[in-house]
Amino acid sequence: MGAFSYFPQTGEDIRVMLERIGAGSLEDLYADVPADFIYKGEYDLPSAMSEQQVRDFFEGLAAKNTRLKVFVGQGAYDHYVPAVIPYITSRSEFLTAYTPYQCEISQGTLRYIFEWQSMICRLTGLDCANASMYDGPTAAAEAVRMCVASTKKRNSVIVSARLLPHVIDTIRTYAKYAGINIVVTDKVAEEVAEGVLDLAGVIVPSINRFGVIESHLGLADLVHGMGALLVEYCDPSALAVVKSPAEWGADIAVGDGQSLGIPLCYGGPYVGFMACTSALMRKLPGRIVGQTVDASGKRCYVLTLQAREQHIRREKATSNICSNESLMALWCTVYLSLMGPEGMRQLNALCYEGAHYLHDALLATGKFEQVFDGEFLKEFCLKPLCNVEKLQQALLDAGFFAALQTEEGYVTFCVTEKHGREELDRIVEIVKSVN
Amino acid sequence: MSKIAEGLLYSESHEWVKVDGNVAIVGVSDFAQEEMGDITYVDMPDIDDEVTAGDDFGALESVKTSSELVAPVSGKVIARNDELEDKPELINEDAYEAWIIKVEMSDKSELDALLNAAAYENIAK
Amino acid sequence: MKYYDKLIFELSKPGRTGYSLPSAGRQLPGGILWREAPLELPEVSEVDVVRHYTNLSQMNFGVDTGFYPLGSCTMKYNPKINEEIANMPAFTGLHPLQPEHTVRGALEVYAGMDKALVAITGMKHFTFLPCAGAHGELTGLMLMREYHMSRGDLARTKVIVPDSAHGTNPASAAVCGLDIVVVKSKEDGLVDVEALKPLLGPDIAGIMMTNPNTLGLFERDIKEIAELVHGCGGLLYYDGANMNPLLGVVRPGDMGFDIMHLNLHKTFSTPHGGGGPGSGPVGVADKVVPFLHIPHVSGFHGNFGIILRAYAYILMLGREHIKLAGKLATLGANYIKESLKDCYKLPIPTVCKHEFVFDGLLEPNGVSTLDVAKRLLDYGFHAPTIYFPLLFHQAIMIEPTETESLETLDAFIAVMRKIAEEAKADPEMLHAAPHNTPIGRPDETTAARQPVLKF
Repeated sequence: MGAFSYFPQTGEDIRVMLERIGAGSLEDLYADVPADFIYKGEYDLPSAMSEQQVRDFFEGLAAKNTRLKVFVGQGAYDHYVPAVIPYITSRSEFLTAYTPYQCEISQGTLRYIFEWQSMICRLTGLDCANASMYDGPTAAAEAVRMCVASTKKRNSVIVSARLLPHVIDTIRTYAKYAGINIVVTDKVAEEVAEGVLDLAGVIVPSINRFGVIESHLGLADLVHGMGALLVEYCDPSALAVVKSPAEWGADIAVGDGQSLGIPLCYGGPYVGFMACTSALMRKLPGRIVGQTVDASGKRCYVLTLQAREQHIRREKATSNICSNESLMALWCTVYLSLMGPEGMRQLNALCYEGAHYLHDALLATGKFEQVFDGEFLKEFCLKPLCNVEKLQQALLDAGFFAALQTEEGYVTFCVTEKHGREELDRIVEIVKSVN
Repeated sequence: MSKIAEGLLYSESHEWVKVDGNVAIVGVSDFAQEEMGDITYVDMPDIDDEVTAGDDFGALESVKTSSELVAPVSGKVIARNDELEDKPELINEDAYEAWIIKVEMSDKSELDALLNAAAYENIAK
Repeated sequence: MKYYDKLIFELSKPGRTGYSLPSAGRQLPGGILWREAPLELPEVSEVDVVRHYTNLSQMNFGVDTGFYPLGSCTMKYNPKINEEIANMPAFTGLHPLQPEHTVRGALEVYAGMDKALVAITGMKHFTFLPCAGAHGELTGLMLMREYHMSRGDLARTKVIVPDSAHGTNPASAAVCGLDIVVVKSKEDGLVDVEALKPLLGPDIAGIMMTNPNTLGLFERDIKEIAELVHGCGGLLYYDGANMNPLLGVVRPGDMGFDIMHLNLHKTFSTPHGGGGPGSGPVGVADKVVPFLHIPHVSGFHGNFGIILRAYAYILMLGREHIKLAGKLATLGANYIKESLKDCYKLPIPTVCKHEFVFDGLLEPNGVSTLDVAKRLLDYGFHAPTIYFPLLFHQAIMIEPTETESLETLDAFIAVMRKIAEEAKADPEMLHAAPHNTPIGRPDETTAARQPVLKF
């Protein structure tokens, strides 16, 4: 086997290094490994490919995917990604850096995380935010754990059944092994009022899985009256225009940053966000960046409040999380910088306009019935009066991914600023043709 | 060399106790604050919380470490030093002045298991 | 690197914008459901954004900038073809809920990676849902609990963790609702088998081990440990954070491990991105396969974009080059160790694997590990991992990886030797290091006492 582009050692280099070590061969460096553990077989892997072969291989796989125009949301939204974002995030100083342990040579990462935290605070209206979580669902699961950790001798959390299914699943998984009692219900306020004995928290969506913007009027007072915390799960893009978690009186806000300029990418990588009131600051999981000064008084940024974390607190840490999805947080931070307040308002107005246009036009076909009369922004649900499989297939045949079915048998649509009137009209035409 | 105040009782986990009738005033020793370095936060229980001898009742945090606070006696928390919320450095400045909590003891005999200043000196070095 | 002071908020001027959208014909309604407070985001032009973040990037050090000997982090070179593949629109444009027949290519990526990781590790199957190493640990422990629960073996609520373990091990166990039992290491840095024996019993769910351990030492008693733990009914979890020296040499499955995770962002060359995203697939042996689908630990299908990159790396390595990957990583670590042990205190002198630990300078003259680390920054190197593992007070943990040339290692060795000389001549200068970086040492105490967490 000849030289390999990722391994710079020549045969002569290896000889020099072994000599310094006093070893006769590379194999000698494994003399402490019991011989039967040294793998002697041929690894069942393809033969090494050249870079061009690798590219061809993946182009072959790519050709097996069908590019569709996406009219489904359900936690992953097809918003436009401005060209600036991948340009910035592919800079290797950001891309190939580690967690900013050595702050003197990591001010770039630390600075943008501080900006991200600041932007998340502004979107949610809350006091502090962490440097990010894996994704929205895990952020929700961590928020549930945080409720239990922040309230004394309380172990039950009420979870709205109108959260996205994958969010509920993830919460259930974390809670199951941590021994947290989860009550999933459609009637959150009633359940709280009834008085769950050891209620630690309540988690509700800002916009629910049917696309309806929820009113949480009076809920925070009710939950706080029971000595529990209120968590809101939000789409951060929509938070630019819908009432913020702080305005509803929530203590913790979580959600997925994907809608802020991150490509769909078959579900990841995305980035979870988490914000809370200052009273809960030290219960936050994950990394947090803070501002301080250096020895000469220059403003600078560091990882702070680290005594909460696993590398110090070990089993008593607020979480086992070690990562933060920095690079994806950078996608969102650059996105929000480009968009600004007016861009975010205009974007949401376009979504609102398109979604309402499609909603009304679909109803006018007579193939659907309205099931919810609440206000919606970009995503909505209808009850189909036609054969759903035929409908979905007809849409797929025309290159549209739309009308995803919910467990109730409704179909969901999502319209973003990417979709023009022509595409919406085309969908309506296809719907009309389905029996 | 850290200071050891006479007249106090000590735990092996470096808490001190000053007995005032049925109330135990609890803090951490000068040795403990020296080991921690600059204390950045004191995690304290709430008033009316029950603490149990030998169990954690809070924690001290510094930039790179944390240390659990272990209750030297059992009972109900009747006061906490809220000044430490904003000024955790008070413990660094004078560990014996900066008490952390006051506990109404449920079992004064637990005090017998604590060390006097002379015995603690052997541990705090 | 030059110091640049601004936050994006400080560049804001009302009326500027960096977006271009068609105008909306319809305005949003108002009312109780809608936001009242104004949204205070920066108002900046596109060129402001590009310059700002370019300036920020220039205060950052990455693998592409220079050598990153960060122990236990496996900062190997991140191949560029991986980025191109992960950014192909045919992958980035896929919605996670698209019907299967429209994502055949993506599904083949998962199937291909499963097969490759099985071949490399000797496990039976992998789940790709976990988004990071610690997330993999948590998932793996959930699987451990499912295995015991399925057998009605409900008393197994404790997991054994060596004192040298990564901090995530006990933290993951706690998040998974397990109690932690610590097993001590011997003087030679290896798990004390005699100390392990009395801990084993019907309450033990399993043991978490990283092998080689965080001292870079191969746990040579692993066979006996596996027999003991299995004998008591427990399972063995392999923390794959230190898999790199075994890449192409030893398979965790062959050592008796039942569950493991891999850090694709370490062993399989995907970029760390300043802390993430990573990917922590979990592999299991035969007897745990039936439970693999149970823990739904993240949103959709895991970090697909990262899995793509790792797959590209494995295809480049192929069955030929993989055999050298681990060995060259081990070669580099031992070379540094042997070249510096006359200047730095080497508590455990035996052959190491991908990393090893010094316990500060041989002649410290008041110079701490922190001082050495900060001085390295002045010379254009990232610092090693410091003050971990906790077994040594002045720990300096060095991991070079196989992608560093002899010249790079020699340059690092020369600087480490120079710092040892500086410690003797001018300790004050080292206490104040770094001197050539955009900022000097920060006041971390004030940052933690009076946290300022937003603009």
